[in-house]
Amino acid sequence: MGENIIRAKGLSKHFGDALVLDNVNLEVKKGERIAIIGASGSGKSTLLRCLNMLEKPTEGEIIFQNERLDQGDINKKRQKIGFVFQNFNLFANMNVIKNITLATLMQNKSLNKEVVNRKAMELLTKLGLEDKAYAWPDDLSGGQKQRVAIVRALMSDPEIMLFDEPTSALDPELVKEVLDVILELAQTGMTMVIVTHEMKFAKNLADRVVFVDKGKIAEEAHPNELFGNPKCERLKEFLSKVLD
Amino acid sequence: MQTNLLQNMRQTIIDHHSLILPALRDIIIIALLGFVLAFILGTLIALVTTNPNQNIFSTIAKKFFAGYVLLIRGLPLTVQLLLWFFVIFPLVIGLRLPAFTVAIIVFTIDGSAYISETIRGAVQSVDKGQFEAGRAAGLTNFQTMRKIILPQAYRNSVPQFGNELIGMTKATSVLSFITITDITLAANLIIARTFEPITPYLLLGITYLVIVYFLTLIIKFFEKVVFVRGRKYNSRKRFV
Ligand SMILES: Nc1ncnc2c1ncn2[C@@H]1O[C@H](COP(=O)(O)OP(=O)(O)OP(=O)(O)O)[C@@H](O)[C@H]1O
Ligand SMILES: [Mg+2]
Repeated sequence: MGENIIRAKGLSKHFGDALVLDNVNLEVKKGERIAIIGASGSGKSTLLRCLNMLEKPTEGEIIFQNERLDQGDINKKRQKIGFVFQNFNLFANMNVIKNITLATLMQNKSLNKEVVNRKAMELLTKLGLEDKAYAWPDDLSGGQKQRVAIVRALMSDPEIMLFDEPTSALDPELVKEVLDVILELAQTGMTMVIVTHEMKFAKNLADRVVFVDKGKIAEEAHPNELFGNPKCERLKEFLSKVLD
Repeated sequence: MQTNLLQNMRQTIIDHHSLILPALRDIIIIALLGFVLAFILGTLIALVTTNPNQNIFSTIAKKFFAGYVLLIRGLPLTVQLLLWFFVIFPLVIGLRLPAFTVAIIVFTIDGSAYISETIRGAVQSVDKGQFEAGRAAGLTNFQTMRKIILPQAYRNSVPQFGNELIGMTKATSVLSFITITDITLAANLIIARTFEPITPYLLLGITYLVIVYFLTLIIKFFEKVVFVRGRKYNSRKRFV
């Protein structure tokens, strides 16, 4: 496979006395689609949030395209790492189009606003949201909010997209519209890491599944292998609970 | 009796307008300018006190402003006026400033302590996810504050800002302590000339009521229009 996009080396994270991540190593190569699964509280979100340093690792480092993420201008690098939250986190004080264009316009003062807006409209149209451009976050459904959040992350042409349980806060009937968008994105070759509880989705999407247990990567393999022939006891136990 | 009183008030204004109008002008300038400057200074202090950075510089600055707020809020405004005008500026700093200038400085300092705490509380009650979404998009800490957090914090604080502005306006009634002819002193001066307290004091009360009424209209305007730009963001949250 191709070059490394993100690499976590010897990652540990403490919250006070609690050790939440314990010496985790993870490599994400260009075009790879990784699903992170594991029980609640096992450290999946913390791992994902460490990858763009929303959470500062206690030990270890994050290498983004061959450079330490925290060396030089982290904000420039973060523009190339799209992050999608469980709770959408659309900016409550601005409408959809401003949500989408804010960061791009702030970071490149020389860009023409018209051009940026046109790009935003194109992306919105692709995701079937063109009529929501001037709507306020409060007036959108959960599925629409999450699709807007995905557009917002795509605006800066990221090298990689990180999703933290993008459908967990959605009503069941809205889950599919968001998963479909992510699948479509995967078909364009986008590199992505997705924390999910949707095992079927993980199986369809991922070319590697990572099982996190008590802050460690307990097992990682191709989904056919990991789901079909789990090796460690904890994973067998976990799968017996979530599959059926 | 009623028309009589109104006539008396009208006559008092006509007779003493050269005393009343400058006093009115001065207290309005001191209250409004004091508030605007306090708002700016309060915002700057809140930016420091809510900064997530934990380096030594930030930690010391936070401690400093915690002490500042404690000290300022612990002293009555009148005491602060007296200290700055009669002690600190002339004797400690060796600077003779006009009372008018000292009043604006003291109102700014006093107001900034309260306003910074209002903004700090409002910033901290904005959903943490808003901040994370800004940082994840590659905005700096300051850009995130300016574009995402402060607008939401300001909007939710308009009622408290209104309280502060009205409080400052009413606090102008102690400005005569530092030789400023405010409208309270003006009323007393009129009484000293006419030996009739009812009309001047009633007029004084009515004047403050009218000023506060107009301020309330301005505050409502900010609440309904400026911070929402005619839209209804957060409307659901507010009405459930
Ligand atoms: N900011 C924090 N402060 C203290 N403890 C935290 C913090 N964030 C997470 N934790 C703790 O770290 C552990 C791992 O949390 P994390 O959110 O990474 O789990 P998760 O695998 O994503 O769980 P879930 O499936 O419920 O989202 C949990 O025990 C959690 O309570
Ligand atoms: Mg989680």
